[in-house]
Amino acid sequence: MLRTTAATLLLLPLALIASPVHAQEAPDALVKRVAEDVLASIRADKDLQAGNPAKIKQLIETKLAPHFDFARMTALAMGKNWRAATPEQQKQLTEQFKTLLVRTYSGALTNYRDNTMNYKPLRANPGDTDVIVRTEVTRPGQAPVPIDYSMEKTPEGWKAYDVIVAGVSLVTNYRDEFNDVIKSSGVDGLIKTLADKNKGPVAK
Amino acid sequence: MTRPDSLFRRTALFLAGASALLAGCAAAPSRDDPFEPWNRAMYEVHQVVDGNLVKPIAEAYVKATPEPIRTGVSNFFGNIDDLFTGINNVLEGRGDQAGDDFGRVLLNSTFGFLGVLDLASMVGINKDKKDFGITFGKWGAPQGPYFFVPLFGPTTVRDGTGTVVRFFLSPIGHINEIPLRNSLYAIGYVDTRAQALSAESVLDTAALDRYRFLRNAYLKNRRYQVYEGKPPPEEDEDAPVPGAVPNPAASSPIK
Repeated sequence: MLRTTAATLLLLPLALIASPVHAQEAPDALVKRVAEDVLASIRADKDLQAGNPAKIKQLIETKLAPHFDFARMTALAMGKNWRAATPEQQKQLTEQFKTLLVRTYSGALTNYRDNTMNYKPLRANPGDTDVIVRTEVTRPGQAPVPIDYSMEKTPEGWKAYDVIVAGVSLVTNYRDEFNDVIKSSGVDGLIKTLADKNKGPVAK
Repeated sequence: MTRPDSLFRRTALFLAGASALLAGCAAAPSRDDPFEPWNRAMYEVHQVVDGNLVKPIAEAYVKATPEPIRTGVSNFFGNIDDLFTGINNVLEGRGDQAGDDFGRVLLNSTFGFLGVLDLASMVGINKDKKDFGITFGKWGAPQGPYFFVPLFGPTTVRDGTGTVVRFFLSPIGHINEIPLRNSLYAIGYVDTRAQALSAESVLDTAALDRYRFLRNAYLKNRRYQVYEGKPPPEEDEDAPVPGAVPNPAASSPIK
């Protein structure tokens, strides 16, 4: 006990030097900080509430996107097809999928103003590198909606690779979509479908 | 699924008719959605009717009605939802939660002016959401084939049956003054549709194929509710990178 404490104390300054500011932040603390930060930004900014697309995109790119592992999300959504794709295709898929997700968030974000988030205690062991952070979103007059984040530990801190809203996994839902498109028109067909989708207007 | 009282009767008839028709249909590949070609056709019908009639009405309603009034309307119908949530929690043997649900109904129906004010939420009695489809599922009823019903949305045989049961039990259906009853049906329908507007825009942006995206999300969500947030893993032949699939059972906090 004493030995581990001592070791921790010894290693602590090292960890602080060796890593960027939030790299050692626990996954649940990270989710809470980012979510509250984003909600506060929306509540404080009339342009964001009014749905100003440029500002919303900037908010997502700077505050949310860095905490997602889009390459892994794309790989998971591709399933067995991922390995059949060339590195160049994988790169393009990741780019297009990221764009699609950012656009989806952009369209939805202004709805979140009146939401409050509850953060559930993290059930994980200290050494875990793959955890699920559970939250609940409450909107006035509605039953709470559980939102879980599957997160992995990376050298740049914890990153989310799936979001599960009321039991619906984002990645799994897209796997069916991707699979069907690939079956009918191949990996390039999927890249084209995503790119076309991303060129359309964000539905309001 | 929220509150489409106004369509229950039609839905019941429709489902009966549809099943009869479908008996002759060629089988489609999906296990959950054996009548996919038919359902896709119904989805197209829905898009036309909804897009040209119902959605504009819902949008006009949102535009013309101040938010506090819309909230009051939603609360009024939400109060009826709470009643059925309570009934279903009793049927599922969850007396503690049912107590909260009935407490909400009691408080909101009296001091909350027939549910228009959600006082219960203000004093911290949490809202839950249950319906007969979930209860039947917990009792072991299979979900049956998936159906997309125009002007009503996604359902399954089990969930549709639950919806019909609720329709016949709904207090609104027992109002004898027909114009009032029908107005409530209409307002309830528009309220439900208006609440779905934002989710619909997400669907429009997110989905490559809206029909499929909606169906998959609907079925996953219902399964999740039947298993109270802890569904057993489904067989998944596409399971990707080992260790990548989260295992909700392992770290799930008991609610």
